Amino acid sequence: MLRNFRLSALLGVAVFAFAGTAYSQNEQFVPMNGYWVGPYAAGGSGIFGGFIDYMNMINSRDGGINGVKLTYEKCETEYNNARGVECYERTKKRGPTGASLVHPLSTGITYSLIDKGTSDHIPIVSIGYGRTDASDGRVFPWVFPLITNYWSQNTAKIKFIGMKEGGMDKLKGKKIVNIYHDSAYGKETIPVLDAQAKKYGFEVSHIPVAHPGNEQQAQWLQVRQIKPDWVILRGWGVMNPTALKAAAKIGFPRTKIVGVWWSGAEEDVIPAGDAAKGYIAAAFNVSGSNYPVVKEIEKFVYAKGKGEMEDKSRVGSIYYNRGVVFGIVTTEAIRTAQEKYGKGKPMTGDQIRWGLENLNIDDKKLKQLGATGFMQALKVSCMDHEGGGSVKFLQWDGAKWNTITDWITSDQSIVRPMIEESAAKYAKEKGITPRDCSKEG
Amino acid sequence: MQFFFEVLIGGLLAGVMYSLVALGFVLIYKASGVFNFAQGAMVFFAALTTVGFISMGAPFWLAVALALLAMVALAFFTERVVLRPLVNQPQITLFMATIGLAFFIEGIAQLTWGANVHALDLGIADEPIEWLIGNTGMNISKFDLVASGIAAALVAVLAVFFNKTRTGRALRAVADDHQAALAVGISLQRIWVIVWMVAGFVALVTGLLWGARNGVQFALTFLALKALPVLILGGFESIAGAIVGGLIVGASEKLAEVYIGPHVGGGIESWFPYVLALAFLLVRPEGLFGERRIDRV
Repeated sequence: MLRNFRLSALLGVAVFAFAGTAYSQNEQFVPMNGYWVGPYAAGGSGIFGGFIDYMNMINSRDGGINGVKLTYEKCETEYNNARGVECYERTKKRGPTGASLVHPLSTGITYSLIDKGTSDHIPIVSIGYGRTDASDGRVFPWVFPLITNYWSQNTAKIKFIGMKEGGMDKLKGKKIVNIYHDSAYGKETIPVLDAQAKKYGFEVSHIPVAHPGNEQQAQWLQVRQIKPDWVILRGWGVMNPTALKAAAKIGFPRTKIVGVWWSGAEEDVIPAGDAAKGYIAAAFNVSGSNYPVVKEIEKFVYAKGKGEMEDKSRVGSIYYNRGVVFGIVTTEAIRTAQEKYGKGKPMTGDQIRWGLENLNIDDKKLKQLGATGFMQALKVSCMDHEGGGSVKFLQWDGAKWNTITDWITSDQSIVRPMIEESAAKYAKEKGITPRDCSKEG
Repeated sequence: MQFFFEVLIGGLLAGVMYSLVALGFVLIYKASGVFNFAQGAMVFFAALTTVGFISMGAPFWLAVALALLAMVALAFFTERVVLRPLVNQPQITLFMATIGLAFFIEGIAQLTWGANVHALDLGIADEPIEWLIGNTGMNISKFDLVASGIAAALVAVLAVFFNKTRTGRALRAVADDHQAALAVGISLQRIWVIVWMVAGFVALVTGLLWGARNGVQFALTFLALKALPVLILGGFESIAGAIVGGLIVGASEKLAEVYIGPHVGGGIESWFPYVLALAFLLVRPEGLFGERRIDRV
């Protein structure tokens, strides 16, 4: 019964997957500062499960990256900013070259680490979360909100709604309600939604839900009064199934609710039961274990009696596959860095930053990785630390997520000027002189 | 006007759900004067244990019975390990001990059953009653009505237990005066075990209802935050107060969110009940049904 001993982290004990400070000189250390307990443990355990399994698969199948073994150490942040910083400080000097990079898996922790990562020369990678304007690499050289940020995703979402309505011109006069988690994360997309409402002529109403969101009757009665054509759900944790159940109670069709990717995992819909059927969510990775990359993990990790997931049915779930994407991005950045600075050697934070900034995972590479259709192609640059920007849309059928679109691109004509304006404001506040990307090698 | 009543009735029904959480606090405070910070964690532990046994293949009622046994074991553990060594210590010490207990229970629950989110189906549809929609246009959930019925039944059972049974009277005697109760032969340890068992039972019922509503997940521990203004309003020692306080909090937070929220940016239902409770404290510090204490000096 006492099956998950790793959760002893809750008792205040840091869990070390690789104990001790002794390490080989031919290792590349990647900290796993995540959460395996607490309110958001379902996300943390799934994502870091996929991430660690992918790294172990690379070690087992390829002997590491050009012979450099990947090592890691887990540190429990409990999604708490102070603990996130503590974990960062604890792990930043591990391994022969220190922490390769950090995935904080929390927008709050990401914000707390921007200055630290910059001064310590450790890249801060926030895939699908974090500070949106950090996509401007001229101002944020050490921060990488890769693949797609919240604003890009939001414009893709409006495009999707436009497609469903029969064209973007059909959005004029439509009503969209934005139900959001009343936090910095939840409020992040209000400006970009307002900008799109102005551009396309739809009416948007923003309705906040107080944390944690386990009671939403008042909000959904307001939705019923507004009678919107679509609802955008920007939830987190228990707020998601509660919203879907509340929508069912007022009879609002779930096929007209479009969620953000933090509202689009199995854990967000299963507790809502039948009320979740038909619900749509954006995604930068798909679910399912029928992809070569996941099959390789099953073959080289789980078939050998190893693997991070206690519940093996979670392998191939949305969160797990997201962790695999984290693993792909991390290992490919290290590989890219090695191609410039020397194969078979552990890379420093500076070198990995270069690797991230020159990351190019094209369709050919995706095929090689066994991840075609699993994640989108990615090309990062000094100017653009996002590198992708597209999303797919998934629909829950009561048992599984089904992919219902191809990759839908974002509207950078809206997003990029907003990013540059916000980043320039940040640069002014901090006294940062933006880099000249034409001089970057 | 129909919309107003819809919000009001929905709020009252939500309030009953808050009352269920508050009841657990009241029981322990009533019998021992301890404000049990661990009640939210107990709700989580009870619900997670139930779904844990279900996922192991146990039939629903067996899983519930096993979870109840776990709550009984927890009551014995709490009395023996936490409360007994702290007899005659100041109330604040006992309160701090329950904070530690809350973290311990949360840890043990996740250590034992994992941190995954689980669905829980009680077989009660959480959807509007069609007859009501047809005749009044109002959306009232079947689930909320059933939950209210269960809460009412629970209150009735607890009222009978406290007022009509020998053990219930002993509990009240301990609450009134520990030393006097000891002098007439009432065992403090036994009473504490019983009251923690009853609170465990209430936590189980609460956990099952809230778990069926939103899923069994860690967020159940946050329910304790919803109970605090209910207790301030209703009084820490009154079962009836927990119900009335819950109704006031549920109705007022929904009405405030709908009618005041849009003018101040929304999202006020998390703190509005606390403002209401604070205002109420100024007028009636002991709560609506709490006992007014007069200390002779």
